[in-house]
Amino acid sequence: MTSPAPEIPSLLYADIEEDLRATLRGLLADRCAWQDVLARVDTGEPYDEALWKAVAEDLGLAGLLVPEAFGGAGATAREAAVALEELGRSVAPIPFLASAILATTALTACGASDARDAALGRLAAGTAVGTLAVPATMWPTADFPLSVTGAPGDGGLLLTGAVTSVLAADRADLLVVPAVVDGAPQLALVDGTAPGLTRTRTTTLDATRPVGTLTLDGVPAVVIADAGTAPAALRAALTAGAALLASEQLGVAERALEEAIGYLRTRHQFGRPIGSYQALRHRAADLWSDIAASRATARYAAAALADGSPDTPVAAALAQSYCADVAVHAAEDCVQLHGGIGFTWEHPAHLYVKRAMSSALLLGTADRHRAALAELVNLPPA
Amino acid sequence: MADVTAEQIRDRVRELAAAHDPATTDPVAFLGHRFDAGLAWVHFPEGCGGLGASRALQEVVERELAAAGAVPANPFRNPIGLGMGAPTVAVHGTDEHRARLLRPLWTGEEVWCQLFSEPGAGSDLAGLATRAVREGDDWVVNGQKVWTSFAHKARWAMLLARTDPDLPKHQGLTYFFLDMTLPGVEVRPLRQATGQAEFNEVFLTDVRIPDSMRADEVGKGWAVSNTTLMNERVAIGGAAAPREGGPVKPVAALWRDRPEVRTPGLHDRVVGAWVEAEVARLANERIRQQLAAGRPGPEGSAAKIAFAKINQDTTRLWLELAGEDGLAYDDWTMRRVDLGGSDGGRGPGYYYLRAKGNSIEGGTSEILRGVIADRVLELPREPRTDTKLPWKEIPR
Repeated sequence: MTSPAPEIPSLLYADIEEDLRATLRGLLADRCAWQDVLARVDTGEPYDEALWKAVAEDLGLAGLLVPEAFGGAGATAREAAVALEELGRSVAPIPFLASAILATTALTACGASDARDAALGRLAAGTAVGTLAVPATMWPTADFPLSVTGAPGDGGLLLTGAVTSVLAADRADLLVVPAVVDGAPQLALVDGTAPGLTRTRTTTLDATRPVGTLTLDGVPAVVIADAGTAPAALRAALTAGAALLASEQLGVAERALEEAIGYLRTRHQFGRPIGSYQALRHRAADLWSDIAASRATARYAAAALADGSPDTPVAAALAQSYCADVAVHAAEDCVQLHGGIGFTWEHPAHLYVKRAMSSALLLGTADRHRAALAELVNLPPA
Repeated sequence: MADVTAEQIRDRVRELAAAHDPATTDPVAFLGHRFDAGLAWVHFPEGCGGLGASRALQEVVERELAAAGAVPANPFRNPIGLGMGAPTVAVHGTDEHRARLLRPLWTGEEVWCQLFSEPGAGSDLAGLATRAVREGDDWVVNGQKVWTSFAHKARWAMLLARTDPDLPKHQGLTYFFLDMTLPGVEVRPLRQATGQAEFNEVFLTDVRIPDSMRADEVGKGWAVSNTTLMNERVAIGGAAAPREGGPVKPVAALWRDRPEVRTPGLHDRVVGAWVEAEVARLANERIRQQLAAGRPGPEGSAAKIAFAKINQDTTRLWLELAGEDGLAYDDWTMRRVDLGGSDGGRGPGYYYLRAKGNSIEGGTSEILRGVIADRVLELPREPRTDTKLPWKEIPR
């Protein structure tokens, strides 16, 4: 048997969270219409820098998870989750997940140091973009990465190696890099302009959230977590990322369903609105039901994270086991329920499919999380 | 008693407990005293077992009574009456109905059942064919009802019958409180796929119901039945279900206890069942929290669809894990289900078969999807040909 689950915290949205949602939704309605997002795909500039400034600096959301002592908002994962819901709805092309969630939670999980504290301050202000230098597909229980090694040199550490599929690799101003030094896992902080660092951008399935490759050739770095804390700090960041990504997936799913419903109400074939056909009505109803369940699950993950609940690993794995698939399903159905127009470049449905499907690979597939969950709740494999 | 406060409620409970010690008073008698004190359902009017207070204050009553040593009233003493009969009597009954019916309904001395569904009218309830014809001060009723829980125990029934076949289907219906002891009422057990008989068929042959037992006006039966059905799934408060409650519990236990049944494919399904059960638990808890916060949402229909699917999938998985035990069946005897009796301790085959009814009873999953499409998503309605025709001209 497993230990009993803790009491379920509030899965509703507090007033302050609804206020945050309203503000951010208003901004995104003005500055991040799907036409804007789509137009950017054909430019060489995947990141909407003006939007990032508005979200990160003007609204101060880059610092949601940064303690107030470092200039952050000192908010909880519950608020960060609501921000991600809204950013997911808009498929916003900004490095929020990489910087405000993954890099930030990795840094807060490290012990205090001058380098770490300064980095948190820069991330909180929104003036610097951070990232966690791991393949974006890495899951919380994966082995510590071995692809970067460190050696002493020039009064500090020099890193050598490569990391593929790093979120915002080409954009990040500071990078939290897992490295192995003398056989010991460590986390090191690297400046985006450091000598010996080469960054390339990959052409990605989801053009609104690029990844890229980092090549490190004797790159100077500062150690921010030693062997005693680095693995746990990395796992904490990946767990937070997985738990909160569920809220972004919820937002994508909700938006995809809304688009589909709008079309079902207005599109006529055979002399009737197509939304009056039972086959389509039932599909839409099933999606709505799955999204309602997805909301409860994503809220639970955010609340567990916010409360520092011992159930957080279960909540995060559960959320990724469920919400990732619901988002993909909703986005795929959004295409199908639109028929031909849904398969065109000029319609936003493909933006939701690409974001949902890429997100399903991010931070561990649903299957990886089910395997982790099986271990956590004592359902051993065959 | 307008604007009843929690303090006044507490005072009343104390007075009740002082006058009738809950530890020594006969339980049924105590329920009667509780009714007389207006503490049965505080949101009901005075004289009807209530105080005209806010529904939220009921929680205060339950808490204070528990503190005074009263055993919690068992809702299964009269589930249909308490859940659906009482609100209908309170809203649509006459003063005489309320005075005669509510107190014994509350105490469980008079059990209720619901005579709505018919062999020819399941999802399409408004198409029902049981006829009530006016003769003097009586209505003479003929027809057949089905899927009636507790009819074999019931003294009263909520009866929906057709009083005017020349009107469109929803307009020709009238609602009655039927005394089940009247001549011409015949109750037969309805055996279902599990072998047991949880439900009944009720045959009505020349049953003479006095017009005084009509609820609301002639032709208003559909509106009255909506009051009844709206109360069918009003969630009761209480705590969240435990993790690994329901059919995932025996499935997980089997998986842990019997390594020899484990295969990779079954592992995927066991973990999948665990995920679905836990997600549904969280979704149900969120619905409960919304209700408690006074913001009920439309998620109840979705939760009922999910409940049925999870029960069906997980009990099937249970049978597959059970191997040879899955071939066995514990008992095909036609057992009636009595009040207060949940049929616990049965084998997996029983639960597998019983779950087939979950997506049919209380609104099929297909009807519920339609409800979500109409009321939540506000999708265009399906075209209908039956709503404006006189009932007697509708093909059937």
